[in-house]
Amino acid sequence: MFMPKMSMRRMITRNRLAFAFALGLGVSAAGAADAPRFGQPISPADLAPWDISIAPDGVGLPPGSGTAAQGEAVYTKYACALCHGEKGAGGPSGPLVGGGPLDSKERDPQKLIGNYWPYATTIFDFTRRAMPWQQPKTLTNDEVYAVTAYILALNKIIGENDVMNAETLPKVKMPNRDGFISKYPEKH
Amino acid sequence: MKRKPRNNGITSPQPVAGNGLVDRRALLGGGVMLAGAMTTGIGATLTSAAAEPMENGPWSLGPGVPIPPYGQPSKYEQKVVRTLSNPKLEPRGSAARTPHHMLNGTITPNGLHFVIARGGETHVDPDKHRLVIHGLVKQPMVYTVDALHRYPMVSRITFVECGGNSAPLYSKEPIQGTVQALHGLSSCAEWTGVRLSTLLEETGVDPKAKWFIAEGADLPTMNRSIPMTKALDDAMIALYQNGEAINPANGYPMRLLLPGYEGNMNVKWLRRIKLVESPTMAINETKQYTILRPDGKAWQFYFPQEVKSFITHPSPGLSLKGPGFYEIAGIAYSGNGRISRVDVSADGGKSWAQAALQDPVLSKAFTRFRMAWNWDGRPVTLQSRAVDEAGNIQPTREAFIAERGPPRGTPNVAAFTMEHCNAITSWGISTNGEVAHVYA
Repeated sequence: MFMPKMSMRRMITRNRLAFAFALGLGVSAAGAADAPRFGQPISPADLAPWDISIAPDGVGLPPGSGTAAQGEAVYTKYACALCHGEKGAGGPSGPLVGGGPLDSKERDPQKLIGNYWPYATTIFDFTRRAMPWQQPKTLTNDEVYAVTAYILALNKIIGENDVMNAETLPKVKMPNRDGFISKYPEKH
Repeated sequence: MKRKPRNNGITSPQPVAGNGLVDRRALLGGGVMLAGAMTTGIGATLTSAAAEPMENGPWSLGPGVPIPPYGQPSKYEQKVVRTLSNPKLEPRGSAARTPHHMLNGTITPNGLHFVIARGGETHVDPDKHRLVIHGLVKQPMVYTVDALHRYPMVSRITFVECGGNSAPLYSKEPIQGTVQALHGLSSCAEWTGVRLSTLLEETGVDPKAKWFIAEGADLPTMNRSIPMTKALDDAMIALYQNGEAINPANGYPMRLLLPGYEGNMNVKWLRRIKLVESPTMAINETKQYTILRPDGKAWQFYFPQEVKSFITHPSPGLSLKGPGFYEIAGIAYSGNGRISRVDVSADGGKSWAQAALQDPVLSKAFTRFRMAWNWDGRPVTLQSRAVDEAGNIQPTREAFIAERGPPRGTPNVAAFTMEHCNAITSWGISTNGEVAHVYA
């Protein structure tokens, strides 16, 4: 008795959207009259400070660059070792380097950057939005590129002198790039 | 209701499975059954206790205290609290677990709803908060909290469960802990808010959009990629939790609600939705919330929380007070729909009896199950096994391990060495009535 109603409403919503697509309108003209509209249009410039999404192909990466040596200085400046250990060897928040084989039978494999993370862009994305824990979103883009380069170099995924920027970072091939399988491909 | 035939006033409950599981009507039969029980064991104790003369307590002999503006639980219930993994807010995530063994029914009180948070409890000023919807839309829009309150709202009762709930079950040796420690990262509430599809009608959707990125306003601006199919199905911008504004730890002033999907995707303190063609590959969909298989490959985008049940009464910490009648009760739920049945075993899975499901049985919501039990005092192993309307059956531990591979060690109770653990839980009852987590 509850479910059919919900399904019906879902179908109506779907049909409305489908109808809008079919007309190539996005929003149907009829919808304007019968639906509440309390949003305010916002320009890309106004939402830019919040639009920090980065795609694995590099779309969304900002200007700037950095190397491992510069990244080591950033790592020291912000005392990253307090949580992640000297040279990323591990602390209360776990290591940034290392990680054994993922099919180990003896011990639970650690899912670390070098042995597990499929995309280098994720390091940049997470660092920029969430690190350092006490003052996130304060690093410059150069600092984020640099510390990303430092972590990648510690894992020997890039060379000591490689420059990370919007062009080079998405081209870094992570060792476990092909290690993932979608569990429910029919759901997306 | 059909009554059992009487035999000089003493009714023998109908056994329905091994080790004392009995027809539930035996317990619902009222006075007839109680009269029967009082002739043995526990009944004798009750008789002597009832013989003491009644007294008026001080609460009957004078006024109480003024009614508080916001009521709190009784001072005698102070032990009913969440357990905290990070009480001093060290620079790491925090987990707060729901005390299932001290609650009943299906709705989790707001102050006891489980929490996983990367940056502590975030306090967002609703007047300054904004929700932005942009990306592959016709018109990017920004919404104030006040604006969202003007839309037509819907309510639904649904559980939210952390993808890492029940992780302690993935261990070589059974980890001892209460049901709160083992299964406390799952809760159920009534959520009220605006359907995401309502707002998407306003922004318009580019057909190229296959995913949306949801992002919070907390310390890590936590981000997840979610299929558009879910946006157009039952996704909600939730503003209320059990009738009041969402609790700060659960996302005040608004959270994304994706009924049945992994808790982490239900982004709290929601501030941005971006429609995109493909996933952003955030840390929480590449490192976290991916399931490493024995062959070294990993499942990714493991969205629904699959069918699960566990017995809350009795459970570790709630020991039995001698042989006699007990109600076995527990919680069942599935991210794939309604619970269609729950079976209970008292002999470690050799025989099963169908439990009664407490109405209402709602899709993607906690369902309370109950089973009558006459314990004879011998050691037994209790289990529950849920089935959902899609036909998914809660796996045995053996089946679960066959898929995920054998656990390599016995981790700390708070560790997350596996995710989406939904295997059957076993409680071992010893002759003294103590309840332990066992493998059967």
